[in-house]
Amino acid sequence: MSAKANILAKLRNSLAGTQPLADDYDVAMVTEPWRYPAGERIARLRQLMEAVHTETHLTRSADWPALVEQLLADKQLPSLLIAPGTPHGAQLVAHFAGRDGLPALKAYDRPVEEWKAELFDATPASLTGTLGAIAATGSLILWPDRREPRLMSLVPPVHFALLKASSIRDNFYEVQQEQNWAAGMPTNALLVSGPSKTADIEQVLAYGAHGPKDLIVLILEDA
Amino acid sequence: MSQRIPAVEISSRELKHNAHEALQDRQLRGNMRKAMDSLIAKRLASMPDDYEREHLREMGNHVRARALSQLPDLLERLEANLTRNGVKVHWAETVDEANAIVLQIAEAHQAKQVIKGKSMVSEEMEMNHFLEARGIEALESDMGEYIIQLDHEKPTHIIMPAIHKNARQVAALFHDKLGEPYTEDVDQLIQTGRRILRQKFFEADIGVSGVNFAVAETGTLLLVENEGNGRMSTTVPPVHIAVTGIEKVVENLRDVVPLLSLLTRSALGQGITTYVNMISGPRQSDELDGPQEVHLVLLDNGRSQAFADGELRQTLNCIRCGACMNHCPVYTRIGGQAYGTVYPGPIGKIISPHLVGLENTPDHPSASSLCGACGEVCPVKIPIPALLRRLREENVKQPDAPHQVMRGQGSKYSASERLLWKGWRLLNTSPLAYRAFGLLATRLRGLTPSNLGPWTQNHSAPKPAPRSLHELAREHLEGKR
Repeated sequence: MSAKANILAKLRNSLAGTQPLADDYDVAMVTEPWRYPAGERIARLRQLMEAVHTETHLTRSADWPALVEQLLADKQLPSLLIAPGTPHGAQLVAHFAGRDGLPALKAYDRPVEEWKAELFDATPASLTGTLGAIAATGSLILWPDRREPRLMSLVPPVHFALLKASSIRDNFYEVQQEQNWAAGMPTNALLVSGPSKTADIEQVLAYGAHGPKDLIVLILEDA
Repeated sequence: MSQRIPAVEISSRELKHNAHEALQDRQLRGNMRKAMDSLIAKRLASMPDDYEREHLREMGNHVRARALSQLPDLLERLEANLTRNGVKVHWAETVDEANAIVLQIAEAHQAKQVIKGKSMVSEEMEMNHFLEARGIEALESDMGEYIIQLDHEKPTHIIMPAIHKNARQVAALFHDKLGEPYTEDVDQLIQTGRRILRQKFFEADIGVSGVNFAVAETGTLLLVENEGNGRMSTTVPPVHIAVTGIEKVVENLRDVVPLLSLLTRSALGQGITTYVNMISGPRQSDELDGPQEVHLVLLDNGRSQAFADGELRQTLNCIRCGACMNHCPVYTRIGGQAYGTVYPGPIGKIISPHLVGLENTPDHPSASSLCGACGEVCPVKIPIPALLRRLREENVKQPDAPHQVMRGQGSKYSASERLLWKGWRLLNTSPLAYRAFGLLATRLRGLTPSNLGPWTQNHSAPKPAPRSLHELAREHLEGKR
């Protein structure tokens, strides 16, 4: 018999004569303690994310490209990795178009194997969109896809994330239900709640362990 | 840079000796006390509401129990959905089988370098040692795991593997082993680890990770972490191999909501970890990154033995948060390495006998004061003290008893001890014998030996009173006193 058959036979034998326990999932326990008035969601999200060294900015859908330009200059970042196939990528490209002296916009438009070294060694920052956020835990929701691949929010040391204020939800349960996650998950889905960190040495908190050292969230109040 | 890890050093059979050694180590005791106090305080601060905490624990228990009550069906559903998503699922009864599966995948890709996210199951497999012996570098990338791998040690804690070391010790280690300039600055030490391991992520042929929850409904592997090494290990290399125990499956995606909240708050006092990484498939043909292949290895390694007994099955509720360790007075004093097992502390004492047999962990069920702290903080309400008592019973059963509950049962069986207790029962159930014993014990009290084995190592020898309570009462009632 195969390992699979052996394992399943043992488990089934141990369960002989029993029924699966009833599903008594208590929705209230995972939602009621984690509800916030609409006006407080942004504040809670910012508070929780800033508590773990995330930089947050309130801006508007017409203004954020200029804010990105400003932040790139302040942080002396020579280039920014973007996803040109996304609406926000296109908006940033339009904002930068035809102007001299600005940081270079790099497009993630080919398989990683073709430019892995450049991604690791010469890509100081990236900008991605988000699917939304969770006020309860201060988390961004990312569903990387073909246009905005997984490594964009991981390898560059600085990660800018755009968040529409209207897409902030109270808790993880609500997000799963509203977006019907159970019906089909992408190859990779992420909750990101700050820059990379570790407390593995003597419980001293240090940021920038393996992922981004800086996470900068731009919240679009009018979107 | 390649590391050679020696085979198992600290024997789980020598728990008493190991504990004695560990107790002499003032540095270790100081480091552990400080760390555990901090973890206890953080957990409590993140769960301030008694009602919320206790009801969520109850819910966590129900979610896990429901999953286990249909485990074989859920495993098949998980496999079907993962397979549909393009993930290859493998089954292994033993660690040898699991290692062989990993090796086969590695050889198929001519892999020379493996980078690992944190995985306790890979520790069960001693995968690093296995791969290194076959010329494949296996490097840990969790900062704590990396530190102890450099020092050829085993994890001392399942969440914080290097918690027994302080910054000074890590500084010396990095200086000696990596040739880095000596610094005790934690930020600088972490940046050193980042720099070295980033190159390794870049080069690795295979990434290996564990799994926190495997969702049957969607075919999703969920991993939590703060550092980003888990995401790196599962996203950068062309092949990702996840290894996990067969008990880690849950039924529905919504089931991870309460478990995730319990896990991160119980483990670290965090409402959530920096990253929650949900993997449901390899790179699709139109995607630009992600592994080309994703494998899941489902390992039994004694779990089906625990599963066979309705009471011991609760051991498999565990979501590996480590809260029981943080609150354990024994663990805090002796540290994790003294146990000589992959899983230390209270959960280690109830899971290890299933993984390696009671004959290899004879003293583990007894290394507890039964204070009950572990059971009180367990986020999925595993009755750890009750299971410890149960294992103590299994441990003194006659080894050849017809009903075999577990491997190595009766490892502490002693015919003379059994005889002694039989005599004790006889003495206490026969009035005649009881009175005769009482008379002898009081009248011959001068003959009580002063050396009574382990008892008199720390106590003075007991001496019976001149008159038994029965005698005194009788005299009193007869009006003599």
